[in-house]
Amino acid sequence: MSEPLLEVSNLRVSFPTRQGVTEAVRGVSFTLGREKLGIVGESGSGKSMTGRSILGLVPPPGRVTADRLAFRGEDLRTTSDKRLRAIRGSDIAMVMQDPKFSLNPVMTVGHQIAEAYRVHSRASAREAKRRALEMLAAVRIRDPERVYDRYPHEVSGGMGQRIMIAMMLIPDPALLIADEPTSALDVTVQMQILAILDDLCGQRGMGMIFVSHDLNLVASFCDRVLIMYAGRVVESCRAADLHNARHPYTRGLLDSLPRLDDNRRDLPVLTRDPAWLTDGPAAEAQR
Amino acid sequence: MSAPMIDLQSLQVAFGHGAQRVVAVDGVSLRVADGECYGLVGESGSGKSTVLRAVSGLNPDWTGRLSIGGTDQTAKRSKGFFKTCQMVFQDPYGSLHPRHSVDRILAEPVAIHGLDDADGRIDRALREVGLGPSFRFRYPHQLSGGQRQRVAIARALILEPRVLLLDEPTSALDVSVQAEILNLLRRLRAAHGLTMVLVSHNLAVVANLCDRLAVMNRGRLVEELTVEALRRGEAHQPYTRQLLRASQGYDRATADSFRDFA
Repeated sequence: MSEPLLEVSNLRVSFPTRQGVTEAVRGVSFTLGREKLGIVGESGSGKSMTGRSILGLVPPPGRVTADRLAFRGEDLRTTSDKRLRAIRGSDIAMVMQDPKFSLNPVMTVGHQIAEAYRVHSRASAREAKRRALEMLAAVRIRDPERVYDRYPHEVSGGMGQRIMIAMMLIPDPALLIADEPTSALDVTVQMQILAILDDLCGQRGMGMIFVSHDLNLVASFCDRVLIMYAGRVVESCRAADLHNARHPYTRGLLDSLPRLDDNRRDLPVLTRDPAWLTDGPAAEAQR
Repeated sequence: MSAPMIDLQSLQVAFGHGAQRVVAVDGVSLRVADGECYGLVGESGSGKSTVLRAVSGLNPDWTGRLSIGGTDQTAKRSKGFFKTCQMVFQDPYGSLHPRHSVDRILAEPVAIHGLDDADGRIDRALREVGLGPSFRFRYPHQLSGGQRQRVAIARALILEPRVLLLDEPTSALDVSVQAEILNLLRRLRAAHGLTMVLVSHNLAVVANLCDRLAVMNRGRLVEELTVEALRRGEAHQPYTRQLLRASQGYDRATADSFRDFA
């Protein structure tokens, strides 16, 4: 691999609370090339915070520290807010879980997409509209002209998520952070959205961090997976090998999934070992 | 089959009037035997939850025939009906009163139905769902998602119902907690001979708990099949087959083969 897109070393996110400091992310390290990296874990494992901290989107009073947090060699810890705003959106984009809360309800979707383009490229209004319509077609919205003038409440959840993706991809980012981008959607729509993301990653050579709780989805969609537990990476493996994972936590999660091809009834329940909180992550997780 | 516990004949549910009228459930007929666990599967907007809400009495506007435990039901339900038929909802964060303690949440149905020995009933119900008596005076915000769903199940069980309606009971939970709740529901069903209707978008969850299932799309019942047939992939309708493929993980070629079913 040539220069990595993103380098993260010993990332920590902590929140001061009345009971003391809570650490949501405790020493996560990884590097990302032009690939699809999955981050899986249960709620509270710190997977979303890992994604957010890269863009400096951890809400106050959260504190982010890292030994290294660099995008194309540029240190994200020390960049000015102004520079970070320029990076956000144009170089690194983020797709959130629920389009209902991420789109502006009083602006047509077309205008929002065009605005995303103009903020980062200084194009004319006409050019922005043309690009927005192209982008809507690229995320396979059948009638882009009609959808362009719709308001967010007039489109379905699946279409809303495609609009979000169109808006995030129009400045042509090098890295996309997708936080549960398909969890609110039906399985068939989910597949279609993933196909769009997959194609865009392939065509544009975009890197992607895909945060999800769905192990099967990550195993079938991503190239590489980090499994997080209580703020730490407990295991890292090739996505295709996820079903042969070794860490007892990963094994426990996989076993607790009901499966269609297996008619055992009682599902094994995950018993949490306190050692998982402290034992050193596998050596390859740190590469 | 002996007399079915739940018998629906051409159930139809519509919302709105005139041009705004939407038929959410369009002529659904199905029977669930006493002690059976029946799954309703479909995507959002397929009408699966609306069927459940019509059965439970939460949605009074329906036409057709709806009989529970051999008694024909109308829009208005008797107190006896609610003792027979209880429901557990998707989101345990929304279905428990945030300012009522677990004790008060569980005492309310007992008081409404004028049952005796509230104390003993609450204690037994909590034990049955795997929560000790120590949880009795806690508030919902002091419980995890899985514990809250257990309280919601305890609230449904405290009236000793014969039918339990489950609307996506595990989709708001982590997979490890989902496994615990599915195991609990299976155990309770065996212990009490409960009849269950489980609404879910997850085929694997339905296969784990149910004996038979119906696949719904756009308000219509597409196909009814046994879980064994589902496991063997013996779905006849193209829509069911597409749903099966979609639930088997991401595959680029499969995504292209999807189409809309009217």
